[in-house]
Amino acid sequence: MASENQELKWIGTSPVRPDGTDKVTGRAKFGADLMLPGMLTGKILRSPHAHAKIKSIDTSKAEALPGVKAVVSAADIAEMPSEWVPAGELQLNYRDLASNIMARGKALYDGHAVAAVAATSAAIADAALDLIAVDYEVLPHVIDVEEAMAPDAPVLHEDMFTEGVTPTPDKPSNIFKEIDIGIGDVETGFAAADLIVERSFKTAPVHQGYIEPHAAVASFAEDGQAELWCSTQGHFTARAYCAKLLGMDVSDLRVTASEIGGGFGGKTTVYVEPVALLLSRKAGRPVRVVMTRDEVFRASGPTSGAANWVKIGVTNDGKIVAGEAVLKYQAGAFPGSPVQPGCMCAFAPYDIENVKVKGYDVVTNRPKVAAYRAPGAPIAEHAVESVLDEVAKKLGMDPIELRQKNAAREGTNAAYGPKFGPIGYAETLAAAKAHPHYSAPLGPNQGRGVASGFWFNVGGDSCATMNVSEDGTLVLATGSPDIGGSRASMAIMAAETLGIDVADVRPIVADTASLGYTFLTGGSRVTFATGMAVIEASKQIAEELRQRAAKIWDISVDAVVWEDGYAKPAGANAGDFEPLSIGDIAAQAGKTGGPISANAALNAQGAGPGFGTHICDVEVDPETGRVTVLRYTAIQDCGKAIHKAYVEGQIQGGAAQGIGWALNEEYIYDEKGRLDNPGFLDYRIPVASDLPMIEAVIVEVANPTHPYGVRGVGEVPIIPPMATVANAIEGAIGVRMTELPMSPPKVLAALDNGR
Amino acid sequence: MAKIHVTTTINGEPTEFLCEPQQTLLDVLRDELRLTGSKEGCGTGDCGACSVTFDGRLICSCLALGAEAEGHEIETIEGMAEGENLHPLQQKFLEHAALQCGVCTPGILIAAKALLEKNPDPSESEVRYWLAGNLCRCTGYDKIIRAVLECAADMRGA
Amino acid sequence: MPGRPEIMARIILTSGLGNQYAGGQTELEIEAADVRRLIAALDERFPGIGPELKREMAVAIDGQIYQDPFLERIEPDSEVYFLPRIGGG
Repeated sequence: MASENQELKWIGTSPVRPDGTDKVTGRAKFGADLMLPGMLTGKILRSPHAHAKIKSIDTSKAEALPGVKAVVSAADIAEMPSEWVPAGELQLNYRDLASNIMARGKALYDGHAVAAVAATSAAIADAALDLIAVDYEVLPHVIDVEEAMAPDAPVLHEDMFTEGVTPTPDKPSNIFKEIDIGIGDVETGFAAADLIVERSFKTAPVHQGYIEPHAAVASFAEDGQAELWCSTQGHFTARAYCAKLLGMDVSDLRVTASEIGGGFGGKTTVYVEPVALLLSRKAGRPVRVVMTRDEVFRASGPTSGAANWVKIGVTNDGKIVAGEAVLKYQAGAFPGSPVQPGCMCAFAPYDIENVKVKGYDVVTNRPKVAAYRAPGAPIAEHAVESVLDEVAKKLGMDPIELRQKNAAREGTNAAYGPKFGPIGYAETLAAAKAHPHYSAPLGPNQGRGVASGFWFNVGGDSCATMNVSEDGTLVLATGSPDIGGSRASMAIMAAETLGIDVADVRPIVADTASLGYTFLTGGSRVTFATGMAVIEASKQIAEELRQRAAKIWDISVDAVVWEDGYAKPAGANAGDFEPLSIGDIAAQAGKTGGPISANAALNAQGAGPGFGTHICDVEVDPETGRVTVLRYTAIQDCGKAIHKAYVEGQIQGGAAQGIGWALNEEYIYDEKGRLDNPGFLDYRIPVASDLPMIEAVIVEVANPTHPYGVRGVGEVPIIPPMATVANAIEGAIGVRMTELPMSPPKVLAALDNGR
Repeated sequence: MAKIHVTTTINGEPTEFLCEPQQTLLDVLRDELRLTGSKEGCGTGDCGACSVTFDGRLICSCLALGAEAEGHEIETIEGMAEGENLHPLQQKFLEHAALQCGVCTPGILIAAKALLEKNPDPSESEVRYWLAGNLCRCTGYDKIIRAVLECAADMRGA
Repeated sequence: MPGRPEIMARIILTSGLGNQYAGGQTELEIEAADVRRLIAALDERFPGIGPELKREMAVAIDGQIYQDPFLERIEPDSEVYFLPRIGGG
């Protein structure tokens, strides 16, 4: 069996992905691509108000329209107790989830679902929505996070009394929770500082921006069992949420993950899935619900916008002696912003004795936030990495050197508590400093920025089933939806472990009835955790193959080794036998004990933290304020790259999303609290002509808990770009930008103020 | 509402369908003809996931009506490979890992093919501006642009 | 062992939990063989903290984070941090 000590044959290469041909020919079936006989079209009526009491909903006229087969509203979902369960990093409360799926009592944001219909055609469904009469009493609303925290702000939830403060307040407010983390004593730390820099920042909420809208097809049978097909990052978690919302036994719901057209965290929860199920149960026919892009922007995602303040104290030699931050994250209409991980990540890359971070989780009249790549981390680290750049400038120190001086290493107590194991932050900094990009000349109006990022990465529950087919090829089933080529990395790890050709492994994503519970694709966990299940299953198969070879040869199993894809006699004493391939052994499986199959089920612990350092060159047009990214290099410690090209792709894609967050993307609300730019044209994610090539540099400091050293890769690359770009703009124009996005009007204003 | 009878050519095959007057070409392709390779990412012509060619011209099929296909020739992603042989762009996208989730891929391939038919030797900037109407959220475009440029070079050499 | 001071694991709570259940105390020493026993011991000392720890918290034992801890061994000289569970996007 291959181990990390042996020369690797497949790991680190870039074979063509097993699902590739289907995706370049249009054959791959995504969420909206399934059509069932008798299928109805489901559509959702949404609140046009940011905050309104729902006095009544009259669906009678819609129900009477020929072709309408079902109408549902909050009345069709049982009232849920307030119960928190982990869902991605966001703890999920079923009462809130139910109220987000269908507004109960109040509509809390523009786009909040109020009712839904299923009809025999899209046109009839649209007509039916127009016939639903909702009597709203419009209430004052609040969009901005700091305004929502004000004592006189309109209150979204009358039963919300801030958690995390003693005593609990007796007045409801929009502050769901206050969080405090820290080590040491910042007052002492700042007293020892030669230089203190503090700044306030604002970041805009940004949408995950997956190109495929949410889509689900549900089909209920008369006996109460149901099938659900949907675009999700986690069909097992979707099953859990939907079963709970519909009052079903979990095993009565079979969920199949369609191909998924991007998620980035935004498809870790459910929106249309329970609605399709409710409609199907009522109509007795299959129902498909697909969001429009307008609905995606108004009612799903985004991640928090925030108002942050950071203060850093250093001595003249560049040692950080204290770091303090206040982070105010908006959660949208229901509590649960990622401010907790934001607080924990803010100063995590650095070895600082005194750290104090205060966080606020604040509800506003916006869609409930969903996870987005390293949830919470980019928002906090943007502020810290911007202030560090200013510190470096004031000290007259190279910004990478300042970071090197303070970088967390193995044994450093992270700002959130425990000691780091082996980590590769220092290695990414060294690689950045040595990269030719860092010393390339710059022209007029151009600037260069650097910044770093940290994310925990996670493990969790995963299963893998491996079946040896009669001809010796293998089917490998996991429960992790494949968003960015994970089937390829699963096949690589299986082939490496078994010593066989990667083309002999056919990886599939199995439905919830065919495999054990597997937590969702997120947290950079799949290659790490599901990979561990795949490696474990492969080892079981190798062991079984040894046993079968021993039977075929009629020798002791101890006398058989599995090596380079063959069973071989362990030595001269074992006997003289021709090596047996998997195919040879599979052909005789019936005679030696039946089919050869393995199943691994585990809860992977010990994810390895990830660090990245980015370098960016920009040019600022002094006439228009437009920022052009000229060159971008992203360096990251991935532990071990399994499929090299897809690891690079994760880094490049994450960086591009971060550049969009830095320069373009924001939600624009009108004075009534209605979203003004719910479309790609006006929201403006980066397009091909906005970006240069993005060079991904992979650093490999092995994670000792994974057999091949994997850490996970998908989330870290979105963390550094906002500060990297801001620091580059500062280099170009000499002005510190503190508000995202750094769009032309803001850059122009900064230029005017700076002049 | 009476349906409209449309006679057209799709991927070289004579095709007839019935559609409602308001149905887009994309709706017809997906829902009536079950050619679901063209995707709806926005329905407003911003994302390019529904790209097809209409008499050889690149369009967003979400912005055309099904009825407009009458008498014209439509090419979709389903017609790009010839039998078992992938188009060189499809092959190059696979080799370059120029797709992650794959939902934008059909539209980008159709758009890139239209570009190379018009301009067999595009610069990086020309590729980037031509594909600016095809959004990809996964890749940062790097590997897509490289795949198109390398494919163009191969096709010129072939 | 007589004459030798007993070594106990060092336990660190978040300040939120410390404030709510432990009178502001966040660092303590407790002897427990595994996470399950540690949580039981904490709940005995600070009634109510147990369910909270089970519901929301991960632990880091000597730097290794366990998201869903229960049976993980704790050595007499271990450093155990309770910290919020982390997921991701």
